[in-house]
Amino acid sequence: MTNTTKKVIKNRVAFLEKKIPSYVSVLGITGILLLWELVCRLNIVPPLFLPAPTAIITDGWEMISSGELLKNLLASLYRILGGYAIGAVLGIVVGLLLGFSKLADAIFTPIVYSIYPIPKIALLPLIILWFGIGEMPKVAIIALGVFFPVLINTFSGVKSVDPSLIKAAVTFGSNHFNVIRKVILPGALPTIFAGLKLAAGTALLLLVSAEMIAAQYGIGAMVLHYGNLMITTKLMAGVLILSLLGLMFNRGLQWLERKLIPWK
Amino acid sequence: MKIVIENVEKRFTDSKKNEVLALEDINFTINEQEFVVLVGPSGCGKSTLLNIVGGLLSPSKGQVYFEGTEEDKEPTLGIVFQEIALFPWRSVFENVTFGLEERGASKNERAEKGKHYIDMVGLTGFENAYPKQLSGGMKQRAGIARALAVEPDLLLMDEPFSALDAQTRTIMQEELLTIWNRTKLSTLYVTHNIQEAVYLADRVIVLSRHPGHIKKIITIDLPKIGRDQDQYRAQFEKYADEIWQLIRHDAEEALKEA
Repeated sequence: MTNTTKKVIKNRVAFLEKKIPSYVSVLGITGILLLWELVCRLNIVPPLFLPAPTAIITDGWEMISSGELLKNLLASLYRILGGYAIGAVLGIVVGLLLGFSKLADAIFTPIVYSIYPIPKIALLPLIILWFGIGEMPKVAIIALGVFFPVLINTFSGVKSVDPSLIKAAVTFGSNHFNVIRKVILPGALPTIFAGLKLAAGTALLLLVSAEMIAAQYGIGAMVLHYGNLMITTKLMAGVLILSLLGLMFNRGLQWLERKLIPWK
Repeated sequence: MKIVIENVEKRFTDSKKNEVLALEDINFTINEQEFVVLVGPSGCGKSTLLNIVGGLLSPSKGQVYFEGTEEDKEPTLGIVFQEIALFPWRSVFENVTFGLEERGASKNERAEKGKHYIDMVGLTGFENAYPKQLSGGMKQRAGIARALAVEPDLLLMDEPFSALDAQTRTIMQEELLTIWNRTKLSTLYVTHNIQEAVYLADRVIVLSRHPGHIKKIITIDLPKIGRDQDQYRAQFEKYADEIWQLIRHDAEEALKEA
């Protein structure tokens, strides 16, 4: 028998398919929280700069039971939901119009693209001049911030609808209105949703900024208020609420997307 | 009823503003219950011609018309697209009955015809599936059912199986013949595959390029079913070879351009 060696070929991309158990994520977040608590308990960082998670929760609970948190949260929710709804609806409608009408596209697209890059918060003083200091300017600034990304995504969604689908619809007897309703709108929907998700982040950012600049109530105003008073536990409770708000916003949109786009 | 393609010519302007003559002097007739196949090398304008017949492109000269139609009735067309073009947001059933829906057919009629044609193409049980969940061959079955469901006066098929693998393609060709035998629709079928042309056609129209024009019209004098059987092999090959000799030079030229 000759002396042969055996070399087995191994899958060298196995690392791409490696399965990570789901408890790892839970462990990660718990680990961070524990470490954070430990750092605070050992007084490595003064509690003024970084309050312990337990302290935040204790003070947060107090804010909930006094009704303070709810009052601020409701004020914020009203603004962000109102502004978001107005901006999203207008953005979708105008985006569809620009997508369908070559004339509207020629006239308005340059205007849209020159307003789009302006950081919307810079317009707040102007908007306050227009609408006064009530709820209107905050709702308006959020609507404005939501309007543009939704519009631009809707527009590009309409433009990217597969022309062979439009051909097919026309061949099988669709009139113009039905082409829009049955082909272009559903075809643009995934891109519209990408815009809606993008706009959710913008809306939250503008909400907090506007509330910090000019508001009595609202999570943003509350965070700023406790910052000025150097009560970091309550400040952090506000930040925590904002994080949850963003998370829920995203989850809500994801849920809606699955409902409306089951074919993806 | 027959479909007449009369003196059709198509000119395009390309990106360099040059005028290109894509089709010239196209004349032929599709008779009732006739299966006509357009075959030619790439760039001969066969898809352009099919689009003109399908009303998706206007000819620069000439016209396409139906002769002997019932009065006041627009002729209906069914097209099977190369890109399949199923609506991703509609289930198989909703895709198949799309044309009926747009024609204002009642719910009962849609249900009945939808089922009939879904059965015919062998997609029973997949009525509620979305196109994404189907294989390539199944998608095109749904595409065929959608075109059949409107019971068209003319069925147009634009390289319907070119995106499929060779095995699926062979099976689909056989099934298409079976379906065609049941419906006997006047059909215009575009392909670059010569075997497919000889296998399916009553008449093969060989197109040539620069500009696209009819080089020859060949009547395939073989029984419609079972052309792949041994007894017809010699004749089949003869037809295929004749077409290949007509196309070969053009196909080689096309290769140099691309």
